[in-house]
Amino acid sequence: MKITEKLALDAFKNDKESHIKLNQEICRTCRERFCIYACPANLYSLNERGEMVVEFAGCLECGTCMVACIYGSVQWNYPRGEYGVQYRYG
Amino acid sequence: MEKVDVIIVGGGLAGLSCAYELSDSGMTILVLERGDFSGSKNVTGGRLYLRPILKYLPEVWKGAPFERHVTKERITFMGKGNSTTFELYSDRFQEEPYPSYTLLRAKFDRWFSDLVSEKGVFVIPQKRVDDLIKEDGRVIGVRTGDEEIGADCIVAADGILSFLSEKAGLRSPFQPEQFAVGFKEIIQLDSRTIEDRFGLGEGEGAAQLFIGSLTRGRMGGGFLYTNRESLSLGLVIGIESLNHMEPREEVYRLLDEFKERPEIKNLIKGGEIVEYSAHLLAEGGIHYMPKLYTDGMLLVGDAAGLGLNMLVTVRGMEYAIVSGVLAGRTIKRAKERNDFSAASLSEYERLLNESFILQEMKSFQHVPSLLSNPRLFSKYPQLICDLFEKLMWVDEEPKGRIYQSKIEELKRQLFNWETFKDWLQFRKI
Repeated sequence: MKITEKLALDAFKNDKESHIKLNQEICRTCRERFCIYACPANLYSLNERGEMVVEFAGCLECGTCMVACIYGSVQWNYPRGEYGVQYRYG
Repeated sequence: MEKVDVIIVGGGLAGLSCAYELSDSGMTILVLERGDFSGSKNVTGGRLYLRPILKYLPEVWKGAPFERHVTKERITFMGKGNSTTFELYSDRFQEEPYPSYTLLRAKFDRWFSDLVSEKGVFVIPQKRVDDLIKEDGRVIGVRTGDEEIGADCIVAADGILSFLSEKAGLRSPFQPEQFAVGFKEIIQLDSRTIEDRFGLGEGEGAAQLFIGSLTRGRMGGGFLYTNRESLSLGLVIGIESLNHMEPREEVYRLLDEFKERPEIKNLIKGGEIVEYSAHLLAEGGIHYMPKLYTDGMLLVGDAAGLGLNMLVTVRGMEYAIVSGVLAGRTIKRAKERNDFSAASLSEYERLLNESFILQEMKSFQHVPSLLSNPRLFSKYPQLICDLFEKLMWVDEEPKGRIYQSKIEELKRQLFNWETFKDWLQFRKI
């Protein structure tokens, strides 16, 4: 099963605004791209302009990206109450 | 600003245990939970060991929605194309109170929160706490959205990524070596199939840990727990080693590869994935623990860095529960003195020191440095598997003298400087 199909099994309520913000100036100078390899939901990728983007709608709220990014580009907060993933098993 | 006696931020096991302990105190207790209900943001591998917590909360667990009591423990060493499993069965696993139960947090924490609510605690869901309110360096309340609420004491039970402990100046910024990421699937199977496949009686459960090639040398391993009608199957990988291991691979792919192994494939056959989840775990041990209290505030559970990888057992939920109870006891005594200063709340640290929690964390203080050794996750599991496979293998050629040939090879593999150093390190555990 593809990772996107796995995420589609989870219950999400998505806020309009992302709870993850990236500092593009830092991302531009990053070579390792820790976030791409660390996110268990595979939400990080480079867009056609070569900028790092994150698809916050499928976020499992683990915070791995924030910890893995040692350059401090990932500004991460919990989604506001009511929003984000709602686990039914956990 | 409205004011209550105690605000507990986070309605997980630590927060709810603290609330439960305080529920008979006559104080007004408010639990703020960011999810739709308690447990909706929580994830476990996992299982709860009951014995350590019975002394602290003896009656609570009678009606708890546990999944299965574990009667079978397995540890699997995985090599490239082979694996060796050790299995423990003991009559003691069948004696009540059962030593451990598998559970699912969305069900379990929700039940616990209902129980705590019935005892008069206010558990308010969908409330994310955004900030602490301080006065003269003392924590006096919290801000949630546009609202401000004050309290004599704030309990930060806001989980492994405790932003509150950071805002209170109790911890340093998060570092990769402090954490591992766990991610898992819930795979639905009917209970009869689970019991047949794992050789279990009705209501009995199995717990299986995996170490070796599945993480490709990265610090971590796999886990498989049987629930009533599902399996929890996942991996845990240290973030530091994830950042540095070559060749690089997106971490989520490791679980897909693991599921393709015949050892796993046949256990999950016909099962339907119903959920995919991820969460961080504390891996830093006692050296990375934050300061546990300040004026008007205490840290409990994951927020306090209370989690431990003990190699073959992984602990966290018992620590959460018992630290919550001990924080509750501390607050009751502070209330008697009407003193919620850091000096008064320091009793919490003393209670934790006397409990099994900090004693275990001290005993296993060398584990994190041991776990940074990649040979533990590659060379040694492979060696065990290859040795066992050679013993079992019968070929068309005459089988040579096993003892002599194996001893020669083992000497070559194990009697070297590198292994000697590993052994010295291992002896500290």
